[in-house]
Parts: sequence; C-alpha cells; structure tokens
Amino acid sequence: MSAVENTSPQFSAERLDEIKALVARYPAARSALLPVLHMAQEDFGYLSMDVQKLVAETLDLHLMAVREVVTFYTMFREKPCGTYLLEVCTNAGCMLNGADDLVRHLCDKLDIKVGQTTPDGMFTVTEVECAGACAGAPVVQVNNVYHEKATAESMDALITQVRAGGDA
Amino acid sequence: MAISSDPKKVTRICFDRIEIPNQNKLDVARENGAYKFLPTVLKTFDADKIIDEMKTSGLRGRGGAGFPTGLKWSFVPRNTGKPTYLLCNADEGEPGTFKDRDIMRFDPHLLIEGMIMAGFALGVKDAYIYIRGEFLAEANVLNEAIAEAYAANLLGEKILGTDYSMNLTVHRGAGAYVCGEETALIESLEGRAGRPRFKPPFPAVEGFYQCPTVVNNVETLSTVPAILEHGGEWHAAIGRPNSAGCKLFSVSGHVNKPGNYEVPMGTTLRDLIENHCGGLQHGTVPKAIIPGGSSTPWLMAEHYDVPLTYDDIMEAGSFLGSGAIIVMDETADVVALTRRLSHFYAHESCGQCTPCREGTGWIERVMNRVDGGQGCEGDMKVLEEAAEHMAGRTICALAEGGAAPILSMLKHFPDEVRAKLKESSQ
Repeated sequence: MSAVENTSPQFSAERLDEIKALVARYPAARSALLPVLHMAQEDFGYLSMDVQKLVAETLDLHLMAVREVVTFYTMFREKPCGTYLLEVCTNAGCMLNGADDLVRHLCDKLDIKVGQTTPDGMFTVTEVECAGACAGAPVVQVNNVYHEKATAESMDALITQVRAGGDA
Repeated sequence: MAISSDPKKVTRICFDRIEIPNQNKLDVARENGAYKFLPTVLKTFDADKIIDEMKTSGLRGRGGAGFPTGLKWSFVPRNTGKPTYLLCNADEGEPGTFKDRDIMRFDPHLLIEGMIMAGFALGVKDAYIYIRGEFLAEANVLNEAIAEAYAANLLGEKILGTDYSMNLTVHRGAGAYVCGEETALIESLEGRAGRPRFKPPFPAVEGFYQCPTVVNNVETLSTVPAILEHGGEWHAAIGRPNSAGCKLFSVSGHVNKPGNYEVPMGTTLRDLIENHCGGLQHGTVPKAIIPGGSSTPWLMAEHYDVPLTYDDIMEAGSFLGSGAIIVMDETADVVALTRRLSHFYAHESCGQCTPCREGTGWIERVMNRVDGGQGCEGDMKVLEEAAEHMAGRTICALAEGGAAPILSMLKHFPDEVRAKLKESSQ
C-alpha cells in the first residue's frame, strides 16, 4: 500500500485484466469505449468526471472523446440515481397498454416526479424509449432487468419487497 | 426437429426450434440440428457458391430496408489487402420490434452458426454482434453460447479442423435508436457517438475502420444455415415472388395475444391478427395498423386483407420494414400516440442534419400543444410542412420515420386532430 491515499477512482486489477482482453478483440482500443463505460458505471454507480477521466486514461483517449460518447447515449449517467432505477417504457406498444397510467401510479406512490429519486435514495423513476419487448407491454426495467406486463400491483409488490430488505 | 426440404411444407425457419427448452445450451442445440451442416459448408462450399445460393434464395434483409442479402455480400471487394468485417445488427430499437431478442435469448446458436457461414463466405476473421445496451440478459445468453462454441472449436482458430478461423465478440450499445442505422452502428462500434455517415462509400467498400464491412440483421443471418442446407431454390419457393421465405412479425398493441409469429410471406394481415394473435382487444376491424415499425406509414381497416409481402404493403402505401406490426383498435387515441412518437424521434435525432434536428423538435412542440388542447387550425399546416420538409433531406432515414406518423395522422384522422384544437380556433 502506498503511504499517500489516492482518492480518485481506480479500476480493480481484475477489471484492468478484463479491459486488456477486451481491447485485444478490436482493431483499435477506442472500440472498447462503450463496453468500458458500461463496466465503469457498474463499478462506480455513475460516470462522474473523475470516472470519465479514468476511462480516458485507461484507453489512452482524450477526455473529450469520452465526453462525446457519455453525453450521446442515454444509458450513461453522469449523476447518481436511486438504488433501484425504474425505467418505464412509454413508447407506442406500452402506451397502448397503459404505460402512462403506470408512470403516474409509480410517481404518486413514491411521491416523486419523473426523473427524480426518493429522498431515501432507494428509487428513481424514468420514462424510456421502446425497450424492444412490446409483447410484454407495459415494460419496466428495474436495474436493467425486464419486468414485462407490469401492473400497478406488481410494481407495488416490488417496492414493498425492496423496502422490506428483499431483492427486486 | 428439422425444417422440411419441401418448401410447400415450410411454415417457419428462424423459429423452427424456438420453443425447445434450453436450446441456448450447445448440447441441446446440437441434438436438434445446430451446426449439423456447418462442416459441409466449411469443407465443400466456397465463397462463390455461398453467395450464389444466397442470391438465388431471394432473401432480403430483415432489419427493415429489405435489401437482397446475396447482392450485399457480392459487393464486398476481394483481395484488398484489408480485413473484411462482419457485423450483426442486433440494435433492435424500432418501436414495435422485438423479434431478434427471441432468437438471441432462445436460440443463440442459430445466429452464431449463420455468422460463421456468412463470415466464411466473406473471408471474415473478426465478427461482432452489436446488441442494444438494454438487452443485458440477451447479451449474457449470447456470451455463454459463444464461450461454448469456442470450447467446441466452432469459433476461434481452425474451426472444426478446417483452415477457417473466426472470432466473434458481443458488443453492447448504450441507448441510441439511431445506431440501428448501419453506418451509425459502425461509428458506435468505433467508440464514437452514433452519427450516420454519408453514403457512398458504402460499408461493403469502406466500413468499420475504413475496411470492407457487411452489416446484417439477426434474423437475416439466422436464415443463412437453412438456405445453405436446403439450397437457394428451396428458399425462393417459400413465400411469394420478390418476398421469398418466412418472416418474423412482432405484433403488439391492441391484440389479445401479442408476440412474435413467424409465417410464410404472403400471409394476410387479417390471418395473422385473427388466427395467430387472438384478434383485436375491442371491435372487429382495426382503427389503424403500423405495419413495419413506427417509422412506416399507417394502414387502415381497408387494408386488413393485404398479403404481408414487400410489394403488397408498398402498394397499400407503406413498408414491411422490420415486420413490427403495431395494432390500434377503436379505443386508440391516435393523436396522443402520434404525440408520443414525435417525442421519440426528437429524442433520438442525432442532431447532425438540420432538417431532422430542428424538424423533429418543432414537430414535438407542436404535437404537445395540439394534444394538450392548445393547438390551432394553423398547426395542422405547420405539422404537414415540417414533416414534408424533413423527408429525403437528411443523411439517414430517421427524419423520414419521424414524418410518417405525422403525415398518417393528418391524412387519416384530421377530424380527431381538430377535435383536440383549442375551442376558440374551431
């Protein structure tokens, strides 16, 4: 251990090995940018400027090249969100099957607006574009796990379960 | 289970093994015929034969554009001294489309086998599956299947003891509809924002890192094994002329049994909805049908008997697209739906072409006003002009897709729009 505490984010040794193996699969390291940002978001929760700098250094890219990508793609978050991110698809197939009512229900139930996080930091509700699972409309992604044919009741049950300390 | 060698008896191709439990596991997939014909292809076929069979098959790209697959492959220059890349477009994001997801999560080895065959024909050493970022579970299934395929020497060095070697990597996107456009997909795979490129040059000549590149949809590549096993003529005899084969249709909206259904091309819309999808939730005829994903013009009740072929749907005024059929019954609020779609296109516009960036944003703001009861008669004219001035004036087709619902709504339901206008303006 070094005597000086380093407070800036660092990838673990395993992660760095994983990134090295990933980079080898592409003609240029830059191609690994999206997958490495996914890894960074998984490791650090969101992509703070320090994390974006870390990614830039790791792949030997300009910070601006990383910023361009982070700000273009909706799955990359520059701010923290709740422990449970509830992403409700409200596009055509889901809208025709009650998605708007479901969003209203979730916001009322959690007493937040779309895009907000509950004060206890547990839940964030957002609307997303077509999730590509329209046979299961309405679709809610909970931390990227698809919950299909979601209802007010099934979402209430999930919230109760999580609040009681269970998994989503 | 095997697909009949008699084309008249074939009703499904890509979904032939879809219901088999654990078909994502290599041993189960192999018991059911996966990779059975691969050694024959690698040992006795060559590039010319494969591309000829693909041309004969009449297979057209299943991602939406419907470009003949064999022809696309034939455009790849040989002996350029550069590597050729094969990219599978699994960025399934067109609203209403969810077919590729089922192939990837239930029968990933079908896609992998198709990619090995395509890669062999094109002389590809490195192939990638670009999957939309939200499909994390599907990416995990694919990665497990690919690991099993490597372990069985179906991927990697000297596949099945032949001289052919190919690597396959799953690459997750991160939430951008426009990356389903093939040149935007390439930009994204190069680690950039997904902004479509000018064509030409076409990817076949200058694509991924300026090298020859073929981009094919999941369903397209998953059809290759059956075509090579049974022959191009066999495939051409299924379905209809100019619309050969079977097609996956993702049916959603106001039907009783939404889902993916594979049927021979030429099946009528009514047959699909009434006999496969359990009919409409309300009423006996649809109010409107979006036949090929949200970017395609709407069909009306009078088109209920249209055969599902590229030509018949075009004659009816729309496109087969990706086969994503969104059904609206009599309860649908078509103005609200259009408002929601206008938000989608404004949100997903990459912003590099002014007509699209400004047009989709403008349309969204006017639609919010109209659907919110604050519109005036003049807004209908504004919407029409804005939509007409986007289409055909941009690098990619996103703007045209954004115009389609607006123009359909104005054409077929002007009275419903007027009914929502501010009372003072009526």
